[in-house]
Amino acid sequence: MGMTMSQKILAFHAGLDSVKAGQLINARLDMVLANDITAPVAIKEFNKAGASCVACRDKIALVMDHFTPNKDIKAAQQCKATREFAAAQNIEHFFDVGQMGIEHALLPEQGLVGAGDLVIGADSHTCTYGALGAFSTGVGSTDMAAGMMTQMCWFKVPSAIRIVLKNQPAKYITGKDVILHVIGLIGVDGALYKSMEFTGDGVQHLSIDDRFSICNMAIEAGAKNGIFPVDEVTMNYMAGRFKRKPVIFAADPDAEYEREIEVDLSTLEPTVSFPHLPENTKKPSEWGDIAIDQVVIGSCTNGHISDLRQAAAVLKDRHVRKGVRCIIIPATNAIYLQAIHEGLVDIFIQAGAIVSTPTCGPCLGGHMGILAENERCVSTTNRNFVGRMGHVTSEIYLASPFVAAASAVAGKIATPDML
Amino acid sequence: MNVKGNVFKYKSDVDTDVIIPARYLNTSSESELAAHCMEDIDPDFVKKVRQGDIIVAEDNFGCGSSREHAPIAIKASGVSLVIANSFARIFYRNAINIGLPILECPDAVKNILSGDIVSCDLSTGVITNESTGKKFQAEPFPPFIQEIIDDGGLMKHIRKTLKD
Repeated sequence: MGMTMSQKILAFHAGLDSVKAGQLINARLDMVLANDITAPVAIKEFNKAGASCVACRDKIALVMDHFTPNKDIKAAQQCKATREFAAAQNIEHFFDVGQMGIEHALLPEQGLVGAGDLVIGADSHTCTYGALGAFSTGVGSTDMAAGMMTQMCWFKVPSAIRIVLKNQPAKYITGKDVILHVIGLIGVDGALYKSMEFTGDGVQHLSIDDRFSICNMAIEAGAKNGIFPVDEVTMNYMAGRFKRKPVIFAADPDAEYEREIEVDLSTLEPTVSFPHLPENTKKPSEWGDIAIDQVVIGSCTNGHISDLRQAAAVLKDRHVRKGVRCIIIPATNAIYLQAIHEGLVDIFIQAGAIVSTPTCGPCLGGHMGILAENERCVSTTNRNFVGRMGHVTSEIYLASPFVAAASAVAGKIATPDML
Repeated sequence: MNVKGNVFKYKSDVDTDVIIPARYLNTSSESELAAHCMEDIDPDFVKKVRQGDIIVAEDNFGCGSSREHAPIAIKASGVSLVIANSFARIFYRNAINIGLPILECPDAVKNILSGDIVSCDLSTGVITNESTGKKFQAEPFPPFIQEIIDDGGLMKHIRKTLKD
């Protein structure tokens, strides 16, 4: 029996010729990640275990992105504790304000993760790097601490769902629409414990940023990881960036999949997840008139340069509707700078939006756009759980940058064609 | 190890944002996290929960973020066991790593209501609804996982095994 792409990467890092679903393995890690929320707990656990030094100081990334620039005294204390740990352990990849960006955009951009890697991160959206052909998955702080101590992690080898993407995407269809559509089909636990392996002729039409969005939200279907095959798009992105040599794995032709789903990209419609679960997806004909108070364009899901370009294409020579706050957050400083150079920031500010320094901020109700009672937000982020962005009665509608920007102009959930 | 307590029952997809809202993640203090446990889904939970109590839920308990603060908040609030039809993957692993007992048992979930008194022998996986007298069999943890839980989590367990 052949192996899936994910299984091949796990086998390689466990030093085994082959693995099968359900097998427990111990595997060598290429990168271990934590942020300003999960690192303090990991450091506590690290100390609890009586550890004195990390195993590989150049294979750990600590990114201060969630509640930074420090939103309050407690958040500042958490960053301080992490900063001191990073200094004491001489951690090579410590990203503080000034160097930091949203972790899942930053690590690929800095060339710290790439094809063939095995990565764990104390953040559920660590699955993003599957876009580059890596096996990467979210873990808790204790697993992360053990990873820092040993540079190893145990895994239960997952089975997989195969998602075959067909044809060229229709107008305004982005990676975000693809993944929301899939989550709508299989539900928030539809891929629980499993890999989501994307394949098909449609893959070639998806930019690396589309693929980041898709793999990023694999966790919202409960998946252990999401992964794309490595092609020219991946290689072009990694060229001159990835610090190690890419190792390219491909699924065996006879690999076993528990389920196969076909998605025709040419017939997809802009998709929005209504409150309070990502699986509550609706097409434009089902939206109705939903008046909104705020729009957020950013996050590890949609804070990339393509996302900002899409938002700018809609906001150019238009204005955010009175009564709507539109907050745009480039995911990293490099993306921010590129947006300035391309004139996107001019477009945003002239349209009445604001542009923030990189931060996870509002996505998890931290800062930079918290919602009041009964307020509604169209957001390019990844979760619309109860109270996620603020008040327990507030509502989040997950959408692509095209839809989010159009909604900011319309004052209600809309596609660019509705303007 | 035996546990016994009053049941708080919830539906499917209880996510980590309602178990411990991110607005409280600017601390890793166990008691501070416990003070806000389940706040956005059940504001009365922290007022009512007593040492030993048990959470019962339907599918996909603990979905969402990887925050270990979620099982920490539950454990620190006094909860001795979570029983569900299924758990989200990262939560499952985190619960074991921090020493919070969890069991998958759809049969028990179907036959336990909020307010029931439930006991469980964690070594055998036998769950008893003391209010109705019904017994249910969950798959118990293998001994090495049970040892991690008994030692109070993975790191304490590692430390203990290193000493031994």
